[in-house]
Amino acid sequence: MTDPSTAAAATSFLFGRLSWQSLPFHEPILVATFAVVATGGIALVGAITWFRLWGYLWREWFTSVDHKKIGIMYMVLGIVMLLRGFADAIMMRLQQAMAFGGSEGYLPAHHYDQIFTAHGVIMIFFVAMPLVTGIMNFVVPLQIGARDVSFPFLNNFSFWMTVGGAVLVMMSLFVGEFAKTGWLAYPPLSGITYSPDVGVDYYIWGLQIAGVGTTLSGINLLCTIVKMRAPGMTMMRLPVFTWTSLCTNVLIVAAFPVLTAVLAMLALDRYVGTNFFTNDFGGNPMMYVNLIWIWGHPEVYILILPAFGIFSEVTSTFSGKRLFGYTSMVYATVVITVLSYLVWLHHFFTMGSGASVNSFFGITTMIISIPTGAKMFNWLFTMYRGRIRFELPMMWTLAFMLTFVIGGMTGVLLAVPPADFVLHNSLFLVAHFHNVIIGGVLFGLFAGISFWFPKAFGFKLDPFWGKLSFWFWVTGFYAAFMPLYVLGLMGVTRRLRVFDDPSLQIWFVIAGFGAFLIALGILSFLIQIGVSIMRREQLRDTTGDPWDARTLEWATSSPPPAYNFAFTPVVHDNDAWWDMKERGYRRPLAGFKPIHMPKNTPTGVILAALSVALGFGLVWYIWWLAALSFVAILAVAIAHTFDYHQSFDIPADEVARTEEARTRLIAEGARA
Amino acid sequence: MRRFRFLLVLPVLLALGGCDFVVLHPAGDIAWRQRDLLIVSTLLMLVVIIPVMALTVLFAWRYRQGNKTATYRPKWDHSIELELVIWGAPLLIIICLGALTWMDTHLLDPYRPLSRVAKGQPVAEKTEPLEVEVVALDWKWLFIYPQYGVASLNELAAPVDRPISFRITSSAVMNSFYIPALAGQIYAMPGMQTKLHAVINRVGAYEGFSANYSGAGFSGMRFAFHGMEPSDFDRWVGVLRNADRPLTRAAYLELEKPSENVPVQHFASVDPALFKAVLNMCVEPGKMCMSEMAAIDSRGGLGLAGIDNVIPRLAYDKFERRGAVFGPPSSYVAGICTIDELTASEPRVAEALPADLAPLLGAGLQRPGFTPARLDTTLLRSPAIPDRNS
Repeated sequence: MTDPSTAAAATSFLFGRLSWQSLPFHEPILVATFAVVATGGIALVGAITWFRLWGYLWREWFTSVDHKKIGIMYMVLGIVMLLRGFADAIMMRLQQAMAFGGSEGYLPAHHYDQIFTAHGVIMIFFVAMPLVTGIMNFVVPLQIGARDVSFPFLNNFSFWMTVGGAVLVMMSLFVGEFAKTGWLAYPPLSGITYSPDVGVDYYIWGLQIAGVGTTLSGINLLCTIVKMRAPGMTMMRLPVFTWTSLCTNVLIVAAFPVLTAVLAMLALDRYVGTNFFTNDFGGNPMMYVNLIWIWGHPEVYILILPAFGIFSEVTSTFSGKRLFGYTSMVYATVVITVLSYLVWLHHFFTMGSGASVNSFFGITTMIISIPTGAKMFNWLFTMYRGRIRFELPMMWTLAFMLTFVIGGMTGVLLAVPPADFVLHNSLFLVAHFHNVIIGGVLFGLFAGISFWFPKAFGFKLDPFWGKLSFWFWVTGFYAAFMPLYVLGLMGVTRRLRVFDDPSLQIWFVIAGFGAFLIALGILSFLIQIGVSIMRREQLRDTTGDPWDARTLEWATSSPPPAYNFAFTPVVHDNDAWWDMKERGYRRPLAGFKPIHMPKNTPTGVILAALSVALGFGLVWYIWWLAALSFVAILAVAIAHTFDYHQSFDIPADEVARTEEARTRLIAEGARA
Repeated sequence: MRRFRFLLVLPVLLALGGCDFVVLHPAGDIAWRQRDLLIVSTLLMLVVIIPVMALTVLFAWRYRQGNKTATYRPKWDHSIELELVIWGAPLLIIICLGALTWMDTHLLDPYRPLSRVAKGQPVAEKTEPLEVEVVALDWKWLFIYPQYGVASLNELAAPVDRPISFRITSSAVMNSFYIPALAGQIYAMPGMQTKLHAVINRVGAYEGFSANYSGAGFSGMRFAFHGMEPSDFDRWVGVLRNADRPLTRAAYLELEKPSENVPVQHFASVDPALFKAVLNMCVEPGKMCMSEMAAIDSRGGLGLAGIDNVIPRLAYDKFERRGAVFGPPSSYVAGICTIDELTASEPRVAEALPADLAPLLGAGLQRPGFTPARLDTTLLRSPAIPDRNS
């Protein structure tokens, strides 16, 4: 620190390196965005205050340890962040459609490079992850007949840490800047030498904070599935969605520590001058590339496996048939889980590892397509000799089956090293992973949302707007990404800001139009939710089982009571609820006992808020803030352990009242 | 109206026809073989993909709820025969594709010297490949031709049908060296060397660029690649030789500073040890080369004396060059030998391995020899062996 050229010298004690110059007043796009976000934010806060909702939100939602409410909050987070991530996508598409023939487009490199980085980071960490975790959180305990997850407080804490990471990343939009490195922040570009600004620090601390949440939530769900299954639910009677969730959480628990470690090493390089990933002093940036993909490839399966589970549930429910090849489905899932650790090098065949290493990783990658192909056939033969109802979830599933195989094919193509040499980092690659992430994960999430929405809220989603959203998304996807396959075959690489060759422009214009269609799809989805809330009386589900479905969550009322099941169900077969219906199961109407449940706590919110302060302090070198919030985190966490009153009993007569209300509702529904 | 619907596809076809699918229609033998592999693999996968897509549509239609004539068997969920097909069919295809992958990954390994310049046209014996040393700079490409002692910036040329041997590194951040018409890409990494062997078969001007994002000037990191008749190539080298400036270390350090959309530059001569110095990150005077550091370390290091050997980096400021907040100021290790001594002391490895046409049995390549810089005092004291380029 004796050297005047170090950054520390330019910082003040009170504000670190934060100054008026850090606020982007000179960038009109950001000022306008800020104005819109601020107006929207003030309107929202004003509305909540006006309708006196703060107390309700705090008591019933923010501090809640109920897995269903936490699941729903994850979904809200994911959808809000989808809007941000998609705004980035539209801006990129617009820039690339404009910047031809000497035009620089409308975004300078400084801004454009942040946008594509933020798009990737937000879509993976703060859209796909929260949505997947949200659905697992909501559905898994219900499917296994449990009353909550193993560690309800930890669940609330995990959620708020994910929010904390998202808040930090969103802050970078208006205070300072985000990373300009691409979504995986490869060094040496992300090292202090080439990225001295706050962008990469926002990236590191945003992901570290969210990563705490993800890892803990993984441990939590893993424990829940292993330990809290209803009596009789052996592992080979688990619903397939729970199986895929189990495997996903195994992957989370085993992969996220690698991400945490690699980001910690990058942080050490940037903060204390270690040389893990620097060019000099024996550092090796390729170590980072290896490590981040050892996390990064399992991450892909963390996202897609729950989607596979959703498709399995949806296909068998809407075909009115048992899932074909349950056992082979389970083995396929497990095989994918194991293999996902043996393929990471296919993300950088072009590093020059040598032919034998490259072939090994190429072939392991292809092998993954065998269990994936088996899954595809299993869904196909579940439909075979079924009675298929084309409700919204089934439509998403069919769109997935037709779209995902294309993505799978181009994926195997990219797994052939010599073919990858000509397609790596090209728009073909971009098209491929959007093909599997949109066509797989996102379609799966939409199928899941429309499938379980009535369970969560007690009424179905409006089918008209849902179908509109579906068609916009599907056509928009093809219009936006098929041109990128074409461009990739023309040798166009990714992350370019300006182009020379005018013949390429038409493809970018088509892709931009596709993005516009997707925008309409997102809009229709939001309208669908609004319309459904307004028409909730017509769309009401009184039975708790609106789709004539097969697994235990449909045995509860819609929405389920806080305790999920008044009596823990006993399982005798796969598709437990279907089996119960076939055997003429009757709901117990008397003999209720008090139910022991966990109590709400504000600790999760407080810890996450302090973590955001810690992250902010570290990003801006405001050491007093970082130190203070770190000590406060420890203090709050320790204080929480002295709270011995973390549970309460729901009295038997309250349970009886709740169940009686359901009996009345079912009767009303039957009359209507 | 209905029967003319196919006309709607016409504009798309027209647009496709007007495009230059360089990946599918390249001009170099390696890229051709990579393209062939691309097509063969696609066809192989379509064997399974097309039936799946067709069956999806067929089943969805046939077993729709409205079709009461279709069989409905709600409890049917297992069939050994089907399971065999389900797992067997993809397995068979992957076995074929896997074998293809293993062979072609070795045959088309960018590190493998070429055995043919085109189909049915093996490399003639004693053909000396064109050597090109490539340095990815922020944000432009430097090409050094050690056999000719010239260099060019953002322009590359090669005679047709003569194997080219690239040795590639980067000065600051990672890039990827890619000429789609010539061959697949390979990363350019600082302090590391990658290799690429390729050949261009058609005369023409092609595009090359960085295929890995490397910072603000990345979009402009493009260069022209010219495939030339040998006589034209000689003429082009002549033009370079007549350029008005040499590429000295000092000129390189100036060139290395970040700049965007840089026009073509030619250099009449090149410091013969420049590429080695760039690779070992010791172009700056007085900085210890990585090879030297590794050699010292492999002999146990310099001990306590090494601590005094670190010099704050002041002379040359590539970026802002800020150090980590709590770390020591940005610094480097002072050299003990000069780069010329190091180059001289290093035994030269036979570069062009003989083209091996024997069938592949797994490890298709010889292991690269490991040759640390010798620091024997006898060698350091001996007069530098003149480099073949000087």
